[in-house]
Amino acid sequence: MSAQFPLWEVFVRSKRGLAHNHVGSLRAPDAELALRNARDVYTRRQEGVSIWVVPAASIVASSPDEKDSFFDPAGDKPYRHPTFYDVPEGLTHI
Amino acid sequence: MTSSLGVDLDASRYVLRLADDALILGQRLSEWAVSSPALEEDVALLNIALDLLGQARHLLTHASELEGRGRDEDSLAFLRDEPEFSCALLVQVDNGDFGKTIARQLLVSAFHVHLWRALARSTDEVLAAIAAKAVKESDYHLDHARHWTLRLGDGTNESHARIQSGLDAVWPYVHELFERDDLVERLLERGIAADPEALLPLWRQTVTEVLSEATLDVPDVSWRPTGGRSGQHLTGFGYLLAEMQHLHRSHPGATW
Repeated sequence: MSAQFPLWEVFVRSKRGLAHNHVGSLRAPDAELALRNARDVYTRRQEGVSIWVVPAASIVASSPDEKDSFFDPAGDKPYRHPTFYDVPEGLTHI
Repeated sequence: MTSSLGVDLDASRYVLRLADDALILGQRLSEWAVSSPALEEDVALLNIALDLLGQARHLLTHASELEGRGRDEDSLAFLRDEPEFSCALLVQVDNGDFGKTIARQLLVSAFHVHLWRALARSTDEVLAAIAAKAVKESDYHLDHARHWTLRLGDGTNESHARIQSGLDAVWPYVHELFERDDLVERLLERGIAADPEALLPLWRQTVTEVLSEATLDVPDVSWRPTGGRSGQHLTGFGYLLAEMQHLHRSHPGATW
């Protein structure tokens, strides 16, 4: 039965978290039951206060084959990190 | 006002009924472990079973205090024999297929949500506190049963037939939940018990709304089996107790 159910990706926001983090996946016949299954499987130990479920098929993912062309070019461009600036004294919240 | 230290045999018997309903339904549901239709449903049903076990523990402890005979929650759960249990027949009905289990869950959960709301106003403050906590859990149990009833009832021909047949099988046992015997009468006068006659129309509305949305028929049966409250149980109850009590009886005082 479960093999026929579509796959859903589950995102949970913890009590102190600002963003929903991916926690895993599950199978469910539809969105409402996916949400309930996610509640039962992923928040039974008070892990979160908000849940998103997303059909796994709706997620567009980068391909492992494209890893080199996608990510390697950023490897030798350290100037993109904001570590070359002197932070003026007295500046907070940065 | 009932003190948590004062012996009150009427209240104890009443709370024990509530405890037995929760305990035995939890035990029945836990039989779905590793055999429900999907892994996710395994977790869902077992979460509900654990909620019920938690309610049962609070209620058993309270019943034990009211009884004042030194039988703690474990003694009450594991050392009583079949005729001493006072659970309703509905909660001990065998699981059947998933459709029958969901039908039973719908009927019991719809009863519990209204029961706990009423008991949250009980003059027994401990019982009221247990009920107030149980309301949220039962709301979710009803939500779970409702969603599955809708999907099975308004799903395929096969799923519709199965949940309708499950519903027909468990329906007769519902009436016992609303019986008003001498014990309930006495406790109603003291504001401790919930009035079954007031719960019935609320229950009926909750259940019929779900059944109608799920394109299911309200069963038309006149058979009204009863006896659970006085210790006359279904045939399968002894087997359930044997499984539930065996460990504690074989290894008295065993702990994790």
